[in-house]
Amino acid sequence: MTGKSMTGRSMTGGSVSGALVSPRLMRSILPALSLTVILIAIFYLQPRAMSYFGLNLLLNLAVPIALATIAQMFVLCVNDLDLSIGSYVSFCACIAATWLNDTPLLGVAALLGCIAVYAALGALIHLRNLPSIVVTLGMSFVWAGLAVLLLPTPGGKAPEWIRAVMTLKTPYVPFSILAAIAIAMIVHFALMRTAYGAVLRGAGGNPRSVARAGWSLLKVKMTMFALAGLFGALSGLALVGLTTSADANIALRYTLLSIAGAILGGSEFVGGRISPVGAVIGAITLALTGSFLSFLRISPDWQIGAQGAILIIVLALRAVINRAEARH
Amino acid sequence: MPAIVSRLLEKPWIWAYVAAILVWIVTISFTAGQGAGQVLTAAFTFATFFVIVAIGQMFVITLGPGNVDLSIPATMTLAGTVATKIMDTQDSMILIGLALAIGVGIGVGIFNYALIRLLRIPPIIATLSSSFIFQSAAIAYNRGLRIKPPPILADFTTSVVAGIPVLAICVIGLAVLMHVVLNRTVYGRSVIAIGQNPRGAWLAGIPVDATRFATYVMCAVFAALCGYLFSGFSGGAALNMGQEYLLSSIAVVVIGGTSVAGGFANVPGLWGAALFLFLLVTMLNTLGLGAGYRLVMTGLIIIGVITIAGGQKSSR
Repeated sequence: MTGKSMTGRSMTGGSVSGALVSPRLMRSILPALSLTVILIAIFYLQPRAMSYFGLNLLLNLAVPIALATIAQMFVLCVNDLDLSIGSYVSFCACIAATWLNDTPLLGVAALLGCIAVYAALGALIHLRNLPSIVVTLGMSFVWAGLAVLLLPTPGGKAPEWIRAVMTLKTPYVPFSILAAIAIAMIVHFALMRTAYGAVLRGAGGNPRSVARAGWSLLKVKMTMFALAGLFGALSGLALVGLTTSADANIALRYTLLSIAGAILGGSEFVGGRISPVGAVIGAITLALTGSFLSFLRISPDWQIGAQGAILIIVLALRAVINRAEARH
Repeated sequence: MPAIVSRLLEKPWIWAYVAAILVWIVTISFTAGQGAGQVLTAAFTFATFFVIVAIGQMFVITLGPGNVDLSIPATMTLAGTVATKIMDTQDSMILIGLALAIGVGIGVGIFNYALIRLLRIPPIIATLSSSFIFQSAAIAYNRGLRIKPPPILADFTTSVVAGIPVLAICVIGLAVLMHVVLNRTVYGRSVIAIGQNPRGAWLAGIPVDATRFATYVMCAVFAALCGYLFSGFSGGAALNMGQEYLLSSIAVVVIGGTSVAGGFANVPGLWGAALFLFLLVTMLNTLGLGAGYRLVMTGLIIIGVITIAGGQKSSR
């Protein structure tokens, strides 16, 4: 209900002139604004963070989180929700630290198999009209179980080449920042600038008209889920490249982080409204909040609480902007 | 007779019971009938706690797409922590502890709905972010110290009469009551109407906001009540005591035949689904499967049940 009314609003919002800063512009820069605020706060509290090394340290874990958030965003785009992404990323990390390292061919096959499973889930959800929350809920148990079977105790070893990529020393700008920009740009171009990308997003906004126009909704859903599987797998690889070993619970919190990151970045739960650049920024913001809070010397007891509070503040700002937009 | 059978088969909740009974039969046939009673007693004991939170979650989910309460685990932990600390093992404080737990629930519900209504945050994210705050509050309040519950409360929550836990009997009563509330009261029908068509419900003069507000508060109160009882049952509140209730509360609601898209709910299925989930784990344990296989099987069976029981009828 809200999704539809908001889409209508944004269409009229764009033509408004005369306002100092249009609410529409405000909304699209809000994710970037929150990131800037948190970065400035960190630099103020800890000036040493404002260096190549400091930034690298701060943003290291942002790459896997950003990839997982993009994966979640693909699923959000077709009005579904993936509650299994955390355990899926964990499982992929386990594959990377075991099979991919010992017998690369088997590892690659397993990862491709995972992506195929994701595509099959998309098909199942579409064909049987199942609630994605429940199906992915079930899958979260399956992935967690497989991860435990594969790697009962923490361990394994990251393949050298992943390690080499993730610890790459790029000149001037840390690798994590370049990687984040590259991810955002590639996905942005593919989804927002290509013809089929528009169809994929349209399937979330108005499935019926996309189907009437002759596109297969089944294919769209399978594509989006397969993409989610692909980026989830990449997230697992990136994570294992940073941590060098894996365990079955390594990324469980990514489920909630990825949902929060995508929403923070301006995606909506319904209506195919997504923003790849926003999602990456949202993920980085969330990754930085932890460091910010520890620089503030907030008691560890309240760290997650403060993270929740920051999330609420940003979303409250967005609500204010949306309301201003509606008033125009 | 066949008429009754076919009428039963039309009920959306029947499959949860069928599945529960099948799983139970497999379990006891594996043990050659040994411990059949004990398994059922244990199943009723643990299903009770699932059902308490699932009733609240069911009303919330019935409100329509996007409505779900992810703050249930944190609410349970906070209510259990506050109540056990205030009661401080004294029997005379039991009712005060209960009142406090319910108070925590009401506060949580009001906070959640304020985020949803005033700040227009989608319920999933609103309850998720607020749960971070409640979890922190519980940690800061007691630093994870485990205080024993008052003896009378512990006895009450663990007592068993003729193989049936006393608490389970109470919660069956609660379920019957909530069944009546759902189907026979203006409030219950308002919830269903809003889930089916919020705009239609609003046009028909149903107080949409008040109904949604009441539902979120009720869900939080049930979660708090469950936290209170569970900390009595398990010898004190633990910081992770609500953990498995996040996904389980949703799974119980959906396996029980309630539509995730909202607008169609039923209470009987909650008991069937809760018993099924517990018996399933028991069966896999009895079969001697490791933790990994157990998780995989649980997941596959959840997906299998929802696939066979069919998705909701297309609402569009």
